[in-house]
Amino acid sequence: METIPLEYFLGISAILFIIGVIGVVTRRNAIIIFMSIEIMLNAVNLTFVAFSRYMNDPAGQIFVFFVMTVAAAEAAVGLAIVLSLFRNKQTVYVDEVNIMKW
Amino acid sequence: MNLTFIFFGILGILAIGSGIVTISSKNPVTSAISLVFLFFMLAGLYLVLQAQFIAVIQVLVYAGAIMVLVIFVIMLLNLGDEEKMKEKFNTRKGAGFLLGAILLMQLAVVFMAQPFGVKKASASLNQGTIEFIGKELFSNYLFPFEAISLLLLAAIVGAIILAKRKID
Repeated sequence: METIPLEYFLGISAILFIIGVIGVVTRRNAIIIFMSIEIMLNAVNLTFVAFSRYMNDPAGQIFVFFVMTVAAAEAAVGLAIVLSLFRNKQTVYVDEVNIMKW
Repeated sequence: MNLTFIFFGILGILAIGSGIVTISSKNPVTSAISLVFLFFMLAGLYLVLQAQFIAVIQVLVYAGAIMVLVIFVIMLLNLGDEEKMKEKFNTRKGAGFLLGAILLMQLAVVFMAQPFGVKKASASLNQGTIEFIGKELFSNYLFPFEAISLLLLAAIVGAIILAKRKID
């Protein structure tokens, strides 16, 4: 614990966030885009916990708790949207869905 | 080079590796499984940071509840592999990797700059325990706690309305 600098945790978190961004931009499958968003949320959670630990402030861990709740709500609504999208258009590939485009 | 550091290194490398597998795999089920693996690695990192409660919640909520939901939807939709990407270098991929490169450059600049100056505060080992988090949650953060329960209720109703076959 004493030997690991804070910057290492922030580095891992930043790399995970970048992976999530690349996933959202490059993939076409709505479910995988969804998973990439989860990766980004988790990267931010890691930053929160690391700062909470190193600054001795519990607020970071409380925030992670709330972020997880929001992620659960987002999962429920997002997957319901994917489900009804598949029911109406028979696809989950985001570039085949263009009803909002004109 | 003590044991904690080695543990941290293994967890970090495995986390990044499984993240890359998640976004690069053609099969959605492989993506989901490696995402579960990533969540477990992150729970390990939280344990290294002595946040026991968050680590347990990570496994329960993310690796348990959310990923079961995702895998269930994948199963329900019966998706095949993503069809072959176009051979030529398409704009979406270019934009994605450009964005990634810019973010990576920013990261490098931040690391080259001055250290953050955050000294590790005097260790209080009970900070990550359920008792401590619970006391904080039900005293200082009571209002956000109640608000988040409303959000969850709204999400449940919204999910049911969206996934229903037909609104009568």
